Amino acid sequence: MTRPGSPSTFPPTPRSLRSRVSQGLSSAAAVGCFELQVCGQCAAVQYPPREACVRCLSTHLAWQPQSGAGELLSRTVLHHSHDPYFRVRLPWSVGLVRLDCGPSVLVHLPLEAPAPPARVWVSARLDRSGAGVLVASETKDGADMSNDLRLREMTSDPSDASVLVTDGSSALGQALVHALATAGAARIWVGLAKPPLAPVEVPAGLRGIPQVTCLRLDVTDASCVREAAAAIGGELDILINTTDVSAAGAAPEGSLDLARAEMEAHYFGLLHLAQYFVPCLTTRAARTQRLSPAWVNVLSLCALSTASFTPVAVGPAAAMAAAHALSQGMRAQMRQEGARLVTVFPGPLDNESSQGLQQPKLAPPVLAQSILAALRSGVEQVYPGEVAREWLEERFSQSHGI
Amino acid sequence: MTVRDRRGYDDVAVTTPVTVPYVRYSTHGAHWFAASALATLLERSGLEKAAVDGLCFSSFTAGPDNAVAMTQHLGLTVRWLDHIPMGGVSGVVSLRRALRAVQSGDATVVACIAADTHRLDSFRSIVENFSQFSRDAVHPYGAGGANASFALLTDYYMRTYGARAEDFGKLCVAQRESACRFPYALLRKPLTLDDYLKARPIAEPLRLFDCVMPCAGAEAFLVMKRRRAAELGLAHAVVLGATECHNPFPDDPIQTRGGWALDRDELFAQAGISRDDIDLVQTYDDYPVMSVIQLEDLGFCAKGEGAEFIRSHTFTTDGTFPLNTSGGQLSAGQAGAAGGHLGLTEALRQVTGAVLGAGVPDAATALVSGFGMMIYDRGLCSGAAILARAA
Repeated sequence: MTRPGSPSTFPPTPRSLRSRVSQGLSSAAAVGCFELQVCGQCAAVQYPPREACVRCLSTHLAWQPQSGAGELLSRTVLHHSHDPYFRVRLPWSVGLVRLDCGPSVLVHLPLEAPAPPARVWVSARLDRSGAGVLVASETKDGADMSNDLRLREMTSDPSDASVLVTDGSSALGQALVHALATAGAARIWVGLAKPPLAPVEVPAGLRGIPQVTCLRLDVTDASCVREAAAAIGGELDILINTTDVSAAGAAPEGSLDLARAEMEAHYFGLLHLAQYFVPCLTTRAARTQRLSPAWVNVLSLCALSTASFTPVAVGPAAAMAAAHALSQGMRAQMRQEGARLVTVFPGPLDNESSQGLQQPKLAPPVLAQSILAALRSGVEQVYPGEVAREWLEERFSQSHGI
Repeated sequence: MTVRDRRGYDDVAVTTPVTVPYVRYSTHGAHWFAASALATLLERSGLEKAAVDGLCFSSFTAGPDNAVAMTQHLGLTVRWLDHIPMGGVSGVVSLRRALRAVQSGDATVVACIAADTHRLDSFRSIVENFSQFSRDAVHPYGAGGANASFALLTDYYMRTYGARAEDFGKLCVAQRESACRFPYALLRKPLTLDDYLKARPIAEPLRLFDCVMPCAGAEAFLVMKRRRAAELGLAHAVVLGATECHNPFPDDPIQTRGGWALDRDELFAQAGISRDDIDLVQTYDDYPVMSVIQLEDLGFCAKGEGAEFIRSHTFTTDGTFPLNTSGGQLSAGQAGAAGGHLGLTEALRQVTGAVLGAGVPDAATALVSGFGMMIYDRGLCSGAAILARAA
C-alpha cells in the first residue's frame, strides 16, 4: 500500500469492462440521477441491467428514476483487491443493499458506514473512470460520502483545491471566484484577457479575496495559454472555462466578424486551452487521491437547442455546438486518465446581452452555485436553471419512453 | 416439494480417481494438465485411448479452447462430448451427464476431466471476466473477487444465525489435519485455531485461511458399465442418487441457502438410504460458510444450526462426521474447475478403499456436494451425489 508522502503516481482509474446494456446507469449518473431498468409490460424493477425483463421476458425496458431507499443487509471491508486502482486505496468497503423497489444491489460504502442491518439511501455516481456506480449513504443527501476520502475522490469537491477560472472579467467569472473562495478553495487563479505587457490587476469585484492570483490569459492567443499552463498547470486541480465572448465583443450583432470572434473564443480558444491544460489535469489525476481533477466548460443550452432563445442566437449557438463537440472528445480522453470533464448548459443568463429575452434568466451567482454543486456531486453534465431543467426533462422523457 | 420418480444408475460404475498433482503456479497450459489426467486414466485402467468414446471436460483456463478443441488436442475420437463450464458443481454435473450417457449406450467409456493451469496473472483475468453481471455490477466495486462476495454472505450468516469465527476456524483446522496426510495437498503445515484467528484479514470477516489458494492441477475419473469395470478389474463405486439445481430461490435478498434445500428429499429418496447411512461428506468448501450452508440444506442439521453442528463434531477421519477428508480446497488448493471434482475423486477413493491420506474406516457410502458460479450476488449452481462401494 502506498503511504502519504511517497512520490509515486497512482492508477487513476479502475478498469472498466461494462456491457452496453449497463450504459443507462452511467448516463443517468452523469446528470445526477439514480435510474434502474423498469419493465414496460409488468413493471418489475431489475438489477443488474439485462436485455429483457427477468420476470416476463419483455424487451420493453425503460430506465426510470428510483428513490434509492433500502436496507443494508451486509458489508465487508476489503484488504485485498485484484485491481491496482483499489489496491493502493485499501481498505475499501462494499455492502449489499436490498432496495425497497426490489433488487439487491452491491454498493460502495463509506468506511464509517453503519453496521447492518441499517436503513440507507443508494445513489448513482460516476467513479473515476466515468462509469456509473452505486453508493450507499446513511443520509439521503449523501453527506457522509463527502466525508469519506475514498468516495470523495469520485467527486471534484473544490474545498482545498487549486482552481483556475479562465475569465475573471465577466459577472459569471467573478461570481465563481466568490463561490470558490467561500467553498474553501486553496488557490484561485483568475485569467484576464489583457494585451501583452499591460498590467494585470485584480478586478475591483475580486479585491480582498486572499486566495486570488490574477494572470494574463487570452484564450485566443496560443502562446499566452501555453505560458499560463507552464506557470500554474502543475498544481491545478480544477479548470473552469468561463470564456465569455461578449466581454471581448467589439463586432456588431449579426456580423460575420462577430461570428468569427465567437468561434475564435469558444471553439479555438477551447482548443488552445485543451492543448496545454488537458495534460496538466491528466498528469495531476495520476498524482492525487484527493479528488477527480476536473475541467468545467460553461457552454449554453443553445449548443443543444435554440428553442429557448428568442431572438434565436445563431452565431453563439454554432460556436457553442462546436465547443460541445470538442468537449465530448476531451471527455473521452480525460476519463481514461481519471480526470472529469463537466459540461454546463445554462439557459439564457441574466446579463447585459440578454436584456431583450423574455424567458426566466439565470443570475450568475446562481449558476456559480450550480457549478460548485456539480463538482461536489461528481456529475458530468449540468442543466442549471428552469429553462435548461425543463429542456432536460423533456429530452429524458422522450429517450426513456417505451 | 414433489419428489420425482427418477431412474437409478445401478448398472453404471464410477472408477479410476486421478489427481494430477497440484502446483501453486505453472507455465504449462490447462491442456498439459488435461493430457496428464487422460494419460493417467488410461494407465491406471489399462484402456487404450481408442476405448474412450466419451469426454466430459471442465476448465476455466483452457480458453479459447473448449471440449471440442480438447478432442483434437488430445487426439481423441469420441461419439459423445460435453463441456461443463460450471466451476464448483462441474464434478457432480459431469458425473450425472456421463452416467446417463453410459446407461443409455450413447457412450461406453466416458472420461470426465477437469483441468486448469494457474499462471501469475490468470486468476485476475478469470475474476475480471467472470460474467457480464460481474463486469457491470460486481468487479467495479473494489474488485475483491469471490472473497468479497463470500465475505458479504459470511457477514450476513454470522449475524443472522450467531455463528462465530471460531466455528468456521474449527472446520479449517480439522481439514488441515486431514490435509497433512494427503500427498497432493499444497498446504500441509499444521494449523491451529489461534493461527486461524490471528491471520490477516482479506475481506472482513474473512481471514486468510477462510480463502482457498488458487493453483494448477487436474482431477479426473472414468464412467463405464459395471460389467466393463469388473472385466477390467477396476475398483469402482455406484451412484445411488444425484441431483443438480441452478438459480434456486431468485427472490431471496441474500444467499443463505442453495438448491440442495429443494433437492435433498429427492436425493435421498433416489438413493434409498438415510443420512445416518452416510460415512463421509465432501462439501464444496470454497469458503467455510458454504460448507455450513450445504450441511444445513442437505439436512444434516436445520437452517441456522450449522454453528452448533460444528461445535458437536470433529470432522476428522478418526472422529465424528468426517468432512473433506483430503483437506478440501481450503488446504489442498483450488485448481480451478478441478476444485469442483476434488470431493468426487476423494469420495471415490474412500469408498473403493484406495485412500491416499486419511481414511475413514470401513467407508461404504459418501455424499459429495458441489456449488459454484457466483454470477452476481450468489452462487447459482448446486448439486449432490451419493456414492457407494460396489457390492
